[in-house]
Amino acid sequence: MTVPAFSSKLQKPLTTYGVNCLQVNLGKLCNQACKHCHVDAGPKRTEIMDRETVQHIIAAAEMVRPELVDLTGGAPEMNPHFRELVEALRDLGVPRIMDRCNLTILLEPGFDWVANFLAKHRIEVTASLPFYVGEHVDRQRGKGVFSRSIEGLRILNGLGYGDSLPLNLVYNPQGAYLPPDQDDLEQLYKRHLAEEYGIRFNELYTITNMPIARFKTYLERSENYTRYMNKLVSRFNPGTLDGLMCRSLISVGYDGRLYDCDFNQMLDMTIDAEQPHISQLRDIMLTGRPIRTDDHCYGCTAGHGSSCGGALDTEDEAIAV
Amino acid sequence: MGHYYDSKDLERFGEIGKHRKELADKFFDWYGSVMEKGALTRREKSLIALGVAHAVQCPYCIDAYATGCLEAGASNDEITEAIHVAAAIRAGASLVHGIQADNAINKVMM
Repeated sequence: MTVPAFSSKLQKPLTTYGVNCLQVNLGKLCNQACKHCHVDAGPKRTEIMDRETVQHIIAAAEMVRPELVDLTGGAPEMNPHFRELVEALRDLGVPRIMDRCNLTILLEPGFDWVANFLAKHRIEVTASLPFYVGEHVDRQRGKGVFSRSIEGLRILNGLGYGDSLPLNLVYNPQGAYLPPDQDDLEQLYKRHLAEEYGIRFNELYTITNMPIARFKTYLERSENYTRYMNKLVSRFNPGTLDGLMCRSLISVGYDGRLYDCDFNQMLDMTIDAEQPHISQLRDIMLTGRPIRTDDHCYGCTAGHGSSCGGALDTEDEAIAV
Repeated sequence: MGHYYDSKDLERFGEIGKHRKELADKFFDWYGSVMEKGALTRREKSLIALGVAHAVQCPYCIDAYATGCLEAGASNDEITEAIHVAAAIRAGASLVHGIQADNAINKVMM
């Protein structure tokens, strides 16, 4: 099957509404190397945001005053400037600061400061836990990851996360299929995690695996690529377009280059600007800028849709035979 | 025709409406309504569908609902239990007919 150009599905080109969210990739260094990772992050990666770029991020936050600064990686906490960045953003009064935490970093030697630091600064934690059953999680993220994730969640619960501090979990499919209904799955997660492990959390976000990078390689190797793309294309849902994260977000790579989203970042598709770098933000059109799209955009627009904050269109969707 | 089953035929299911389309439309409408979330969740309905698929041994349905169960949030343990339920009912249905055999034997034996 030839995948129809994503642009052919749009009645008019996608443009930005402004910058509600400043998403910052602090680097590809991670203590894990998960099979589905679209960043290809891992313990041997050396690409990491330097202090000069971190200063540009702080200046950018002061300039655009985003509602949310979303810190991601890799494991963002492994960046040596992580604490400096968070403290500066807090001093600026950014309303929401989010740390995308893989949970196991909380148990790594040398990182026992992370949980207390996050709680002290009231940082929102959005944590990866791709399923409520250990066997499924370990198959995707490595042996023993589920039990260490549970241990990490217990530490966070002990500090008030899941109660007075926001703790949200992220589900993603463990292979070549689409996520379940977000609300239904949240109920399942809450019941199982509470009954079996005594874990509390606030919301579950379901995210579609993007057919790029390490996951694309898996799809091709397992001969699932065509079928997966067919599924994404056939379940294209125009109801997701207004809420797409790329419309109100700007994504900053570890080297300061700017993208419409985290996935464009991994595909090296910088924003439509002459100098797409955080240092040049003042000269970049933030509202009404055309968004660069390609085949992977079917991932965010299939079924209930997908974003860094989960499903976009929660209307009931007819099940396909 | 080299073989009877081809996985690509699943995608062609809609072509069953090539003739007497109104009948196929009725089936697909009804099917869609049946599988919507109701008193049972999508996950529960998908697990039932997968069990039935094994009982009727339909490779198309098994393919569709093995994935469908995952897309409804079912775990591997739940999927395996659903298949065991289907197998147990099939086995039980055969075995309970042993009573009929016994009745038949008793009727003809002195």
